[in-house]
Amino acid sequence: MVEERFMPNVSMTVNGVAVSANVDSRTLLAQFVRDNLHLTGTHIGCDTSQCGACVVHVDGRAVKSCTTLAVSCEGASVTTIEGIGTPDHLHPMQAAFRENHGLQCGFCTPGMIMSAIDIVNRKGNALDEHTIREELEGNICRCTGYHNIVKAVSAGAQAMSGK
Amino acid sequence: MSSATGIGASVLRKEDFRFITGKGQYTDDINRQGQAYAYFLRSPHAHATIKKLDISAAKKAAGVVGVLTGDDLAADKVGGLICGWMIHNKDGSPMKAGAHPALAQGKVRYVGDHVAVVIADTYSQAKDAADLIVVEYGVLPAVVDMNDAVKKGATVIHDVASDNRVYDWHLGDKAATEAAFKKAKHITKLDLVNNRLIPNAMEPRAAVGDYDSGQEQFTLYTTSQNPHVARLVLSAFIGIAPEHKLRVIAPDVGGGFGSKIFIYAEETVCVWAAKKVGRPVKWTADRTEAFLSDAHGRDHLTHAEMAMDDKGKILGLRVHTKANLGAYLSTFSSCVPTYLYAPLLSGQYDIPAIYAEVDGIYTNTAPVDAYRGAGRPEATFVVERLMEVAARELGMDPAQFRRKNFIRSFPHQTPVIMAYDTGDYVASLDKALEMADYKNFGKRKKESAKHGKLRGIGFSAYIEACGIAPSAAVGSLGAGVGLWESAEVRVNPIGTIEVLTGSHSHGQGHETTFAQLVSDRLGVDINSVAIVHGDTDKVQFGMGTYGSRSGAVGMSAISKALDKVIAKGKKVAAYALEAAEKDIEFKDGRFSVAGTDKSLAFGEVALQAYIAHKFTGAELEPGLKEGAFYDPTNFTFPSGVHICEVEIDPDTGVTKIERWTAVDDFGTIINPMIVEGQVHGGIAQGVGQALFEGAHYDKNGQLVTASFMDYTMPRADDLPSFEIGTTTTPCTSNPLGIKGCGEAGAIAAPPAVINAITDAIGHENIAMPATPQAVWLACQASRKMAAE
Repeated sequence: MVEERFMPNVSMTVNGVAVSANVDSRTLLAQFVRDNLHLTGTHIGCDTSQCGACVVHVDGRAVKSCTTLAVSCEGASVTTIEGIGTPDHLHPMQAAFRENHGLQCGFCTPGMIMSAIDIVNRKGNALDEHTIREELEGNICRCTGYHNIVKAVSAGAQAMSGK
Repeated sequence: MSSATGIGASVLRKEDFRFITGKGQYTDDINRQGQAYAYFLRSPHAHATIKKLDISAAKKAAGVVGVLTGDDLAADKVGGLICGWMIHNKDGSPMKAGAHPALAQGKVRYVGDHVAVVIADTYSQAKDAADLIVVEYGVLPAVVDMNDAVKKGATVIHDVASDNRVYDWHLGDKAATEAAFKKAKHITKLDLVNNRLIPNAMEPRAAVGDYDSGQEQFTLYTTSQNPHVARLVLSAFIGIAPEHKLRVIAPDVGGGFGSKIFIYAEETVCVWAAKKVGRPVKWTADRTEAFLSDAHGRDHLTHAEMAMDDKGKILGLRVHTKANLGAYLSTFSSCVPTYLYAPLLSGQYDIPAIYAEVDGIYTNTAPVDAYRGAGRPEATFVVERLMEVAARELGMDPAQFRRKNFIRSFPHQTPVIMAYDTGDYVASLDKALEMADYKNFGKRKKESAKHGKLRGIGFSAYIEACGIAPSAAVGSLGAGVGLWESAEVRVNPIGTIEVLTGSHSHGQGHETTFAQLVSDRLGVDINSVAIVHGDTDKVQFGMGTYGSRSGAVGMSAISKALDKVIAKGKKVAAYALEAAEKDIEFKDGRFSVAGTDKSLAFGEVALQAYIAHKFTGAELEPGLKEGAFYDPTNFTFPSGVHICEVEIDPDTGVTKIERWTAVDDFGTIINPMIVEGQVHGGIAQGVGQALFEGAHYDKNGQLVTASFMDYTMPRADDLPSFEIGTTTTPCTSNPLGIKGCGEAGAIAAPPAVINAITDAIGHENIAMPATPQAVWLACQASRKMAAE
């Protein structure tokens, strides 16, 4: 028989809202936001921190939520794709992905956008192609061949300076 | 029409808003009340009998609601998974297809094969409980290599195929081809490996099965490119439920590339188990499960020979291919290395005689089926490697050698089934040479040499057969289904429109491009058009999206339905405007009486159709809704020229793609932005095959490349930006002139890369993937050859 598991409490702020839950201690941050909070924009494309579909911001830094334990985010401020803009009020990086056709199936897109914003936060608004391509090393897209994602990140970075 | 949103406009995608804001609804985002979670216990052995399977401890584990095995499937008379295309051997006998139960019945045949399913309150509980299942395996020798599989005395994977050969098939005129080779002044010979690939759509496969006992109704949410085909197979062959009691929904799907065409064990088990355990059952693959159990792609060993006369004119081509089909025949696996492969061996060239032989072979590996291009990349790799090598052997410029052998007049009947309707191969080549600045390549090569680098250039003049496919034609070749498409155009009383299509979008942007067609034809605002797909309860029937068919076949069905809407609209307008039907014209969204200023907008006629005040039901039926089935009369033949320029560092073996030029002829283009995106993505997958990707099984049948840590996916910093151009010869066999664009890049790219690398290193001895290690070794061989 499997023993009853210890269910520790975890509290954090997600997209500006205080949340708290008792979770199986092995619960990953990606599972927590998807299953407990029903924020399904954060996707799980692998389990080895390679594909980046699960990227969210934890205390302002891009983090792969599929390999982050939820309990390790106690007290943290987490932002997911749902927290940066809405169809009526898109974040400049969201708008840039649409305007540059930087997405096809859309599965990698939330992670791409969250990583792209993080790149701008770290590297500034004037990003050359080489820098963007290197910085996207941790995000895999199978549809676009990256050509339009690179254009989108460049345009979004410039647009963010005018925010 | 509104030119800003009509055919030919780069309209931004309507579907993007939900994807960029995290509101997409993929299968794993769907949760049903009271759902339980499935975990599949998979075989750790490539080949073994199951001597004992004890599930008693697992059944008692915390949270477990059911543990099901192949015996339960058999007891419920659930049928096995099927292969839907019958291939016949050279002697006319049918192929040998072994049974493929969704859960193993006595034997497992590859690592990852499905042994049992555990269903529990949570996924973690299901996974934990699976550890308590005791399986006693009788491990058998495994065969991974195709040459080993067909050796005398090799282990037998399926009893029906005692030599592990599924079929030995051929196409073309053997005698004519042998005669052509006898006349040859030069013969180019190549042995080629088309490496095995793992599709890796970013969304892993997933399924949610649900059963409503009150309605006796099953519902399956699944990651499918063709939900109606899934329902047909699950109903008619596997026997889950009759079609009217089974609803299949493929919501947002995160990429397919072929791998989500097929009907797999997991979704079959989830929908069946939902009734067994009385709760909805959800399963989502983790990435390693995807590597192990998604159908793989390619995996050919080929010997090819091409005969030429003394002027470099091709006389004949002969090819012998061994195709790895894995441990079971997946849904369309049998047709990929046969009818989707050999009929493309004529390429863009006038070749009088072709003969191809293909052996389909079982091995203890995951099933192999269609992956982006499906057979056509394999054919193009054979033809375009031969063309480049032959040009080198003959001392001819590779562009000129191709030009000399191009088909120049259309229609053109090849010796291998296909009748090309139209094309202008010279135009694509000329444009590509210009864009690639081919005339100055020599200067760039010298410049690279100054820095100790090797620069090479490689061509690929590909052709593909798309718009799959004329039903009677594929039926005569062994297909179990027709490959038409359906559409229904529902005009609402205020003139808004829903288009129900049997095509399925999983990245292709149908919600935009299909709406562009409607906007163009009916002169309505694109935002008043909704495209409905992916639900068998909404769309009556459809064959789905693969083989670059949704534009050529799916949109042609919509076009046909729109013709009927306009025709009915004219009848309604005639009553409303009190004019003769023959005097009604429809243009720019208005029905008008010829030669008068009397007219009604499309929406006004829609309202008249529904209020039906101006006519009686005896004269005309109320309403405005029309459907159409479109069955193509021919395949379409997209073609083009891709030129790859590489620079290799011989000290590290790293290949850098310096320049990529693509000139494609896709016929009519609806949305250039979306088409370019398809080309980009296709090239990236083709470059992935050429430089990075390769599925490797060890000799015991363990998949060594079973995660993104081990299998190299192309990343942003591995690829250049691409230079894309088009030429246009509209397809003559469909009403829109569309040829299709979805697979072109993946078909064109691999030989372009390898031709460039072999040009740079000065010999032909390198296989895909041309990893830095492989290229470094090849550079060492070049040095050794030079020294000798």
